[in-house]
Amino acid sequence: MTKVIAEAKVIGQRVLSRDVRQIDFLVPSIAKHALPGQFVNVQTSRHTAPLLRRPFGVANVDRENGVLTIIYRILGEGTQLLAEACSGDRVSIIGPLGKGFDLKAKKPLLVGGGLGLAPLVYLAQCFCPEPVSILMGGRTETELFWQQLFQDLCEAIHVTTDDGSLGAKGTVMAMLPELLQKGGYDRVYVCGPEPMMRAVAAEAARNGVPCQISLEKYMACGIGACLSCSCGGVHKRLKVCTDGPVFWAQEVTEW
Amino acid sequence: MVRVLYDGRLAVDIAGIKMKTPVTTASGTFGFGLEFQDFLDLEQVGAATVKGTTLEPRSGNKGQRAVETPSGMLNSVGLENPGADYFLKCTLPDLQKLDVPVIVNIAGSTAEEYGLLAKKLDVEGVDAVEINISCPNVRHGGIAFGTCPLSAAEVVRAVKANTSKPVITKLSPNVTDIVEMALSVEEAGTDALSLINTLVGMKIDIERRSPVLGNVIGGLSGPAVRPIAVRMVYQVAQRVKVPIIGMGGIMNADDAIEFFLAGASAIAVGTANFVDPRLAETISGGILKYLDRHGYRNIQEIIGLALPR
Repeated sequence: MTKVIAEAKVIGQRVLSRDVRQIDFLVPSIAKHALPGQFVNVQTSRHTAPLLRRPFGVANVDRENGVLTIIYRILGEGTQLLAEACSGDRVSIIGPLGKGFDLKAKKPLLVGGGLGLAPLVYLAQCFCPEPVSILMGGRTETELFWQQLFQDLCEAIHVTTDDGSLGAKGTVMAMLPELLQKGGYDRVYVCGPEPMMRAVAAEAARNGVPCQISLEKYMACGIGACLSCSCGGVHKRLKVCTDGPVFWAQEVTEW
Repeated sequence: MVRVLYDGRLAVDIAGIKMKTPVTTASGTFGFGLEFQDFLDLEQVGAATVKGTTLEPRSGNKGQRAVETPSGMLNSVGLENPGADYFLKCTLPDLQKLDVPVIVNIAGSTAEEYGLLAKKLDVEGVDAVEINISCPNVRHGGIAFGTCPLSAAEVVRAVKANTSKPVITKLSPNVTDIVEMALSVEEAGTDALSLINTLVGMKIDIERRSPVLGNVIGGLSGPAVRPIAVRMVYQVAQRVKVPIIGMGGIMNADDAIEFFLAGASAIAVGTANFVDPRLAETISGGILKYLDRHGYRNIQEIIGLALPR
């Protein structure tokens, strides 16, 4: 499975919320190999500013048609430029990068928050038609679009919001213990803010359910050279970009 | 078998290191080279200068280690590396299979440590050592040696006394007089110079009201520093006899040409490796086109052309 640098063609852009977008690229050389949990490194400008590529988790692929989808939040200059890309524009993408999720689960529970939900869409897709449940945490009901993205892929969607405007009030931890005790899940996959992942991994461990986490760290190269994204592991230093971004929760000692 | 590239028109000899092209890689931006093999042919690179290596493994700095800045980036990796023994046992054998000179960047916290490291790396497969006396991201050694002409010379002497390989000294731009530093290490016996390492800088997160980097300060690299690098190469080239490997924000062949005209005999691609991992290979083609366009037979003919006559 080789990583390549490819000229992708933008084929569509969708507004998911005020600041979240979905962009589809025609890029067969990457789309046909990308696995759930892997990421791509996207060049948002041909000039020297913004200089570095921006890493995004693969949110879906359509292998047959060579389409790769990412979902991103407009946060700074790079993502703003990406949002301005039109159908037909060419964008340089490196991928697929990193190691993805282990798919050997019979009854998985996906847990995510914020943009961490993006790679879980592709993960849920890969489990289809196996029954998949998802627990998603958001700030308010404005993040409702995620439910729509998952509704055809999951048999159960559990939602929490910080303000209680949608689903249960609180974080995912308001629902997770009960789900793990009663749901019979054999695997937890979590991707979201670091405090969420720590809490979820700890709760999964308490219930004896193996848990995979997907880490996000600032990185410059995405191919294991710059060491900006390294973290402490049980046996050795780990690079989020090449040893991860998906790890077994107990593999990582220092996030 | 040693391949000849571009009819030998780009071949250079940097203090005995025979390169097929003058395009090398800057330490710290190219991993151990092997990470780039999905994207380029290492044998088409002039030399692979690998990650800063220390006697013992280092886990590097805590917290955020890199951040983008206008046309550049700051890093404070802190010389994370698996140590010289690991490099010799696990990485060098793979590099040795390839027809590309390997330059190992070395860092220590005392002159003796640099000497020990040089001795350890004085083995087949290592073609040269590059002394890192300019890393801004470690507490002991590093830049402390690189900003004092006498300490820098002491390190160079310690390394020279312990190796049979060509010794390159990578200078820090964080000094008042780069020429003074260059002359000091040249007198101490360095065989070549690398110019420049990163400039010390910092960035503050205005929402958190605190420095972005865990180490507070970091090294600035990328196109933002290129004019400073070109100026330093230009100044130093007028005063030293040893060859200079120029680096600092090179993004394409035109940028590289600037360094040759300023007096560099070879160049290194650094931060740009992160943006386009093929660049260390593809720049050579662009340099050749420049030579053709202006009727030069080989790279030697343009080195130093912009210097005062």
